[in-house]
Amino acid sequence: MPVATPESPTADRLSRRILIIACAALTRELRAVVGQMPEEIAASFDIKYLPAPLHNRPERIPDAVEQLLSENIDRYARVVVAYADCGTGGLLDTVLGRYGVDRLPGAHCYEFFAGSAVFSALHEAELGTFFLTDYLCRHFDSLVIGSLGIDRHPELRDQYFNNYVRVVLLSQSDDPEIIEAGRAAARRLGLAFEHRHVGMAPFTAAIDTLVGAH
Amino acid sequence: MSDDDFEDIDLEALPDDELVKQMHDDLYDGLAAEITAGTNILLSRDWSASRVLDEALVEGMRIVGIDFRDGILFVPEVLLSANAMKAGMEILRPLLAATGAEPVGKVVIGTVKGDIHDIGKNLVAMMLEGAGFEVFDLGINTDAEKYLAALELHQPDILGLSALLTTTMPYMKVVIDTLKAKGLRDKYIVLVGGAPLNEEFGTAIGADAYCRDAAVASEMAKALVLERRARRHA
Repeated sequence: MPVATPESPTADRLSRRILIIACAALTRELRAVVGQMPEEIAASFDIKYLPAPLHNRPERIPDAVEQLLSENIDRYARVVVAYADCGTGGLLDTVLGRYGVDRLPGAHCYEFFAGSAVFSALHEAELGTFFLTDYLCRHFDSLVIGSLGIDRHPELRDQYFNNYVRVVLLSQSDDPEIIEAGRAAARRLGLAFEHRHVGMAPFTAAIDTLVGAH
Repeated sequence: MSDDDFEDIDLEALPDDELVKQMHDDLYDGLAAEITAGTNILLSRDWSASRVLDEALVEGMRIVGIDFRDGILFVPEVLLSANAMKAGMEILRPLLAATGAEPVGKVVIGTVKGDIHDIGKNLVAMMLEGAGFEVFDLGINTDAEKYLAALELHQPDILGLSALLTTTMPYMKVVIDTLKAKGLRDKYIVLVGGAPLNEEFGTAIGADAYCRDAAVASEMAKALVLERRARRHA
């Protein structure tokens, strides 16, 4: 641990802290998990978020994460990354490997929200499953309809979703508005709707493992 | 700017070179009706189907591909452009077939097992067709046995494997390893592509090339087929 000097009070303070680099899509849930931790532990975290729309260009996620890593890796006692692979095809892991940094498990957020076993079972039961989380329900219009251009060109909807059969909402909260938003999303995509309340337990366990891994 | 500010362009009144440039713009803007009209006009001016395809459609899509790569265009715009090109292809396909010209090569392509995503694969198939390949599209969720059966049936030059998911891309290696196990690997050029893939992955699984987009796939396919033929005749 670096020695504190009068010239670097901030550096010394940070050197005892843990930085979580997270996808902004996890803001609400991450805040809830950290909020449940004992106060002295929760107070030791700093969280820096990267924009959620990066998921529409996942090839840009590794560089964006690396930028924050390079700026912060020497300033914190530890840095962890609250992303799954998120469509980076292993490139995020290559970056994290260079810095010796861990991330959340799995291929996508659906996986760590649902737990690997539940997610795999749902995916294998029907390959044509479009998964939603609370966040995606809240931002469905901008992140799905808008970014896929379906609002401007409704005819594209069937090109994107032709091979999908159902929407499965993996809900974290039991907010009826979220469930209704999921149902409306499925209607908009012309797909069947199913709801699986997965709660916060799998995500909480994944974060606990991540921040407590060493 | 409102729609009223755009003046309708009379495609018929444009000389050939300006019409082709206009078609590049119309492809860029995803205007299928205009591409249909432009294609018919060029054909009526005694352009061959292959010249219309190369100079108007494929060149237009090449420009779209560059701007997609550079982050100027996004997936929805590229899809609209592809739909416009498809409209032109519908007119040209029977004419091209009627010429009896030999295809540049044959391609068997499909999205791998466990994966239902086909937008990128369809785009690649269309660009390959535009480049003069005969394409056999196996669709989605394709297992090794289905690829092998299609290879046996069609005897292509190229096998194209597509995946969109991090979880399904490893199946590409299963297909390539199956080819190796059956002593068939060197018989085919294997191209791989899909959003989560990269050059490193393509090399690691033993593909001949990773293609980052449809335009690259079409260029790569042509180059590798020509290279292989040149080697055989050397």
